[in-house]
Amino acid sequence: MTRFSPFWILLLLLAGCFSLATLLQPRVDAWDPQAGSGGVLKLILGDSRRLIADQFMEQADVSFHSGYYPSIFDERKAPKGTAHMTSKEGSAEEEDHEQKMSFLGPPRDFIERFGRHFLITEHTHLENGNQREILPWLQISANLDPHRIDTYTVAAFWLRNSLGKVDEAEKFLREGLRNNPGSYELWYELGVLYSENRHDFVKARNAWELSLRYWQKDEPAKKEPDLIGFEKIVVHLANAEERFGNLEKAVEYYKMALKTSPNPDVVRQQIKELEQKIGSQQSTNLTTAHQP
Amino acid sequence: MNTIFALSGVVIKELCRRKDFYVLFILTAVLTALMGFANFFHDDKIVRYLKEICLLLIWVSALVIAIGTTARQIPAERENRTIFPLLAKPVSRAQVVAGKFMGCWLACGLALIVFYIFFGVISGSREHYWPVLEWFQAFWLQWVMLAVVVAMVLLGSVVFAAPSSNGTICFIVVLGILLLGRYLNQIALREPEPLKTVVYGLYFMIPHLEWYDIRDFVIYDRNLIDWTSCGLATVYGAVYSAFLLFATWLVFRRKALNV
Repeated sequence: MTRFSPFWILLLLLAGCFSLATLLQPRVDAWDPQAGSGGVLKLILGDSRRLIADQFMEQADVSFHSGYYPSIFDERKAPKGTAHMTSKEGSAEEEDHEQKMSFLGPPRDFIERFGRHFLITEHTHLENGNQREILPWLQISANLDPHRIDTYTVAAFWLRNSLGKVDEAEKFLREGLRNNPGSYELWYELGVLYSENRHDFVKARNAWELSLRYWQKDEPAKKEPDLIGFEKIVVHLANAEERFGNLEKAVEYYKMALKTSPNPDVVRQQIKELEQKIGSQQSTNLTTAHQP
Repeated sequence: MNTIFALSGVVIKELCRRKDFYVLFILTAVLTALMGFANFFHDDKIVRYLKEICLLLIWVSALVIAIGTTARQIPAERENRTIFPLLAKPVSRAQVVAGKFMGCWLACGLALIVFYIFFGVISGSREHYWPVLEWFQAFWLQWVMLAVVVAMVLLGSVVFAAPSSNGTICFIVVLGILLLGRYLNQIALREPEPLKTVVYGLYFMIPHLEWYDIRDFVIYDRNLIDWTSCGLATVYGAVYSAFLLFATWLVFRRKALNV
């Protein structure tokens, strides 16, 4: 009798495994339709991937500060949120952030004093296009936790403002919207992109209208609704309507902004100016209508 | 001195013969290359994430090589009973300790040179910028730190029973110092007495290995650290290594060599 080599048996078993896998895989998928939706990362890491995503988001912030960042042991903790990453120079957010980041204080002993020679001790932000260096961490963070909104908004902000990569910014925002279709922040950011970078004000207005709708749907029920976000949306909508000549609608939006604005006098002034414009338009129309 | 160099030559040859360094280097190269091929928003100027990952891998690999190589030196000589002909040459126990230290430290230096050349090629070819002095400073300080680690592991190898336990303990201690050493004074100040004094005392006693980790300066293209501070850190590392080596000799000179 011919003896089979053990390698043939091994090959036969391997073929058997493969065939069974092709038979069983569709059935396994059918057991839990939700299991495959998050991809391999969700399958391997489960919900712990959110924690890791937070770490990568923090790494992006560390990179943004070129290594100058408080640890968990420092008296002043790491800045919460990502507003400082997109704030403008001289703004209130920036000043507040500057104060929070002076966490080092005077050295407590000679070891700490000497050790500071080997530490980055200056608070700086990336500039001159170097902001691109935070993008890999943001991308990884978004892959790990697709429901973290600020990852998309921060990345899109730098992509379109500093790096001139408007297409990539839009693509990334749309990826965010696919994962979070009801996010008012992402619709707002998309509107800003259409308005500032593409100068497509119709699409911008549509995006902001959706943003407002989603804000009104979700935020009022919250304990601390995002009033700053609301003000931004309605002011942008008011500007857009003013641009299109829909002054009544613009006044409506400004009146909405009046409730939450930190500078109500400025908004009141704008409403007054618009109402004067409407008045003068109406009188012009009346005069034209009464002319023989 | 010739005896010490002859002993260290044997250790370097051992590192060349063993697969540890090659495996770690290939792993570092493959992981870095894989990350280098990643495409982030079609921007090929992004480089700092790659430097960060590469340097982290270099640090981990260097620690594994230093601790792994050193931990088995004296126990292996005792286990194989080659320590007896070695001491009969005649070679004193102090020379054995010094030779083993020198060999492990030089072997680490050679491994580091290869790693940093790889890092320089990867970083320079992506950035089109070659800050050789910054790389040299990072290499030098890491090598000085490894001297302290090698001396610490050598002491562990005459105190602890097995190389595996010595390696694990030393790895935990070194990682602990690298991660917490800088903050022990802050932790101490928040504790009540007598814990405060104990933790603060520990803070002054431990070798501050975290000083030698200047990866951030290389990653974020910061200026050079002043050479006086580098020199002082080198002296600090040398004194700590000498202290640990002296302690190793004190334990080793009275130690029974039979396993």
